[in-house]
Order: sequence, then structure tokens, then C-alpha cells
Amino acid sequence: MMALPDAAGEALLEVEHLTMRFGGLVAVNELSFVARRREITAIIGPNGAGKTTVFNCLTGFYTPTVGRLALRHPRRTYFLERMDDFRIAQFAGVARTFQNIRLFPRMSVLENLIVAQHNTLMAASLFSVAGLFGLARYRHAERAAIERARYWLEKTGLTPFADDDAGSLPYGLQRRLEIVRAMCIEPVLLCLDEPAAGLNPRESAELNRLLLAIRAEHGIGVLLIEHDMSVVMGISDHIVVLDHGSLIADGTPDEVRSDPKVIRAYLGEEEDELPGDVAADFGRNHGEGQA
Amino acid sequence: MEYFIQQLINGMTLGAIYGLIAIGYTMVYGIIGMINFAHGEVYMIGAFIALIAFILLAKLGLATIPLVLLLVLLVSMGLTAVYGWTVERIAYRPLRGSFRLAPLISAIGMSIALQNYVQVLQGARVKPLQPVIAGGFKLIESSAFTVTLSYLQIVIVVLTLALMAGFSLLIARTPLGRAQRACEQDRVMAALVGVDVDRTISLTFVMGAALAAVAGVMVTLYYGVIDFFIGFLAGIKAFTAAVLGGIGSLPGAMLGGLLIGLVETFWSAYFTIEYKDVAAFAILVLVLIFRPTGLLGRPEVEKV
Repeated sequence: MMALPDAAGEALLEVEHLTMRFGGLVAVNELSFVARRREITAIIGPNGAGKTTVFNCLTGFYTPTVGRLALRHPRRTYFLERMDDFRIAQFAGVARTFQNIRLFPRMSVLENLIVAQHNTLMAASLFSVAGLFGLARYRHAERAAIERARYWLEKTGLTPFADDDAGSLPYGLQRRLEIVRAMCIEPVLLCLDEPAAGLNPRESAELNRLLLAIRAEHGIGVLLIEHDMSVVMGISDHIVVLDHGSLIADGTPDEVRSDPKVIRAYLGEEEDELPGDVAADFGRNHGEGQA
Repeated sequence: MEYFIQQLINGMTLGAIYGLIAIGYTMVYGIIGMINFAHGEVYMIGAFIALIAFILLAKLGLATIPLVLLLVLLVSMGLTAVYGWTVERIAYRPLRGSFRLAPLISAIGMSIALQNYVQVLQGARVKPLQPVIAGGFKLIESSAFTVTLSYLQIVIVVLTLALMAGFSLLIARTPLGRAQRACEQDRVMAALVGVDVDRTISLTFVMGAALAAVAGVMVTLYYGVIDFFIGFLAGIKAFTAAVLGGIGSLPGAMLGGLLIGLVETFWSAYFTIEYKDVAAFAILVLVLIFRPTGLLGRPEVEKV
């Protein structure tokens, strides 16, 4: 099941026996999977399957009850379950977006991207002291930060909105900005929680292109929670299927698509129809409800 | 007319001092949504440190006034900042994530504790200081009334304006200021882009305390007497100023401070000096009833 015929990169994230209990409720149960560099790994499953809980464990929001979350860097391995949330972003390089978009609404679009480069700038400015006096070292670092932000704005067509308040952007652009902001922390692992929710088919296709470009050009691993099966089947290299907190399937899109357990989880009983079509409809309705 | 101008000058001086304290309230409220009721005491401690520093420097025989002033400011800001940091560390941080009322009660406790701490260490009697900066300009001289602008008033207003400008710049332009605004808008998300939220909150307390210390230095110079209880009234007035300007808003705190200073001074000048506090606090009541978001505050939007 774990064999990946077109494995593009070495293991990046190794989730081992992850269990998260809230009192008597087991949100995630003995989950193990591997996400690789240069791959898009989708985590799918019916509502309440524990997908977002996995993200919350990865980004330090929850401390897992049991389990190890090993993030492999070339030189060292970070164990995310033991790290503070901001250190996970700063040192381990895990970035995340949310199902209900969380931008800094009263900052400009550009500033949202610069705040994501906080630690680089903080170091360059000697805790802001140099920033206050406009020293050369800081100005240089700030220019580099703005350049990186501009690169991403250009790439996502957000350049005309650079000086607008992030909160005033239309929904689809806010989604894109959130992904791009996550990229500005220069992550090795990008965790996206339903990035296609609320997007129309055209925006959804643009999102696919952006994610494929990120994978191709930046060589990072992407973890993707998504209900929209056209996104999942279209761009994932590897799919992990959860149901009631447990792993029920793990493999390539084709393997998962035809897995009887997956079909049962989505439809409640065995049927010939592909789970993708049903779930795709579900994904869209769900998204409209949010927008 | 001369009398009016004199009161305007006095009111602006007082307003500058309130504004500096109000910034501490408004920033802490902005970033963690609590009123730091111990902030008035932090200001009082700043005043005491200034007093001690003035006396020590005089004992050492230092007489160059600008140098003395600079040293006292630095010492007072530095040490008071340590107090601000400590208060946050021991009284508020352990309660973060607790129910909303807990840090508020802890703040009131901290305020009483600091008052008593200074009372025990320094005694309950008022402490006098010889005037350090004397003299001034006579702006208008007439037989009835002479309008004076003292050097001290100039120092207070200029220093306040400079600090406020520098501070606004820090919030708007530097990585730290950006991190503070990020924490204010979404603390969870700020952590996820790598901002050390705890440290940012600590630094906010440190900055607020340093500004309160400047206010403490100025009050010590301006009135020449301080005691362990000055923090209470000044603190509540600065809080009123912050609410009047719109709590959470930095320019609001400055504007609110100025207005409260002016109202208080003019009330004492034209009505009864005994009721000047009543005038200041009546404003608090009126603002809360008719414009709870304050003059420059932004209406509270329910978070999704």
C-alpha cells in the first residue's frame, strides 16, 4: 500500500502512529503515512474524518496524544509534536492555510506577505532597532522581502491589489493571497486546508495551476485537504484517505479511486459509481455555502 | 484672553503626559484585549525611579541639565521597562487562555501590590524634588496677567511629540511593529507565519512601560512632588483618554490624552478646581454611552 510507483522525492514528513484524543473522542487514531518532497499529498475523507486535526497537530496547535511527526530536512530532522507553533513555522518550515481564510484583514496585501518574512527581517534589523533608524543592512533585507512579495503577487495576478486592505479583496483572491503568504515563509511543507472551497471552476483551475507550479519550481512538499475531487484527482501524486480518524487507504489517485473501502466510506454502501463525482458535487455545494 | 492662552499651554502639557500613559493602555488592549490596570502603577514607579536618579546624580555633582535629563530618562525608561516586562510575565502570561476576567482581576491585584510595594520601600509621605529646569519665556505681558511658557513645558511637549512620532514610525515601519499589528489582528495566524507571539506581547508591555516612565519623569519635574498613590488617578485618567480616543487606536490615545488634559485644565481654570476629576470622568461616562468606540476607534466587528 505504501509503495509509490512514481515517487518523485525522498520522504519529507513521516507521520507515525499519530493519535489525538479529546476526552473520550478519538479524532485521529494510529495514523501513519509519508509525504514526500516534490509531491502533492492529498488527505481526503468524509466530514469529521480528522483531516483538520492532523493539520492542527502538524502546526503545533494541538499536542498529539500519541505519535511522532518527523519532518526531514537535509541536515536534521524536526519532531513537530514537541515544537512551539511559531518555531514550527520559523525553523521547521511548515506553512498552513485555513478552511475559513485567515488573512490579516487590516493590513495591505503586500504587508501580509512581508509579515510572513518576519524572522528574516527581525534578524536583519537587530530586533527592529536598525529598522527605526533605516540602517543599510535592514534596508537591503527589506528590499529583498518586498521583491519576494512582488514575485508572488506577479505570479498570482495580485499585483494591482498590492496596496489594498487584504480584507477588502474578493473571496477568490483572498484564497490565493493566503497560499502565497504561506509560501513567503519559505516552507518545506505547505499545508492547505480546503483551498478550493468556495471557488468557481475557473478559479479552481487557476488554483491547480498555482499548486502544480509551486511543486515544480520550489521543490517542496504539499499536503492538501480537499473535498473537491476534481482538484484532488487532478493534481495529487498521492492520496491518504481517512474515515473516523483512521487510515483506510493510501496510494496513487487511481488506486484510491477504485478502493472499495473508499467507496464505502463516501457512499455508505457499495456501489459502482465513482466516489469522485459525488464528492465533487458535495465539494462545490459546500463551498458555495461558505462564500 | 491671556488667561485662556495660559490655560491652553498648561492643558497641552498635562495632555501630553496623559497621552504618553494612554498609549500603554491602548497598545496592550489592542494586542491582548485586556485593560492593564497596573499600568498607572508602572507610571508611578517610573516617577520614583526618576526621583531617585535625579537625587543620585545631584549627589554625584552632575549639573549639566540636558545630560542629567537624558540620563534620568534612560535609567527610568530602562528600569520601568523591566517592571512592565515582569508584571506581564508573572501576572498575565500564566493566565493567557484562561477566562477573560482572570487577567483583569490579576491586573487589579498587581496594581495594589505595586502601590504597597512602593509605599513600604519609600514611605507614604509625599516626596519633593527641587526644580531642575527653571525659567521660561514671557509670551504676553500685561498689567493683569502674564502668560509664561516655561522651558520645562517646552521640553515636555517636544519630547512627547518626538516620542509619539518615533513610536508611530516603529509600529508602521519596523518588523516588530508589523508583528504587533499581526498579533492584534490574529494571534494564531501570526504564530503560524513565525511570529513569536509571547515575545511580541512582552515587548508591547516593555514599550508601554518605557513611555509611562517618560510620563513619570515629566510629572516629577513638572509638579515637583510625587507619592506612591499618584498612579491610581493618573492611570484612570489615561485610561479615560484611551477610551475617549478609541481604545486600541494609537493616534486615538494621543488625541484622547490631549483632550482630557485640556478639559481638566480649563475646568479648573473657569469652574471649580475641586471638581476637575469629575469633569474628566464625566467624559468617560458620556463616551461610553454615546460613542463607545471612541473618537478614532473602529467599530467592533464580530470575528468569524
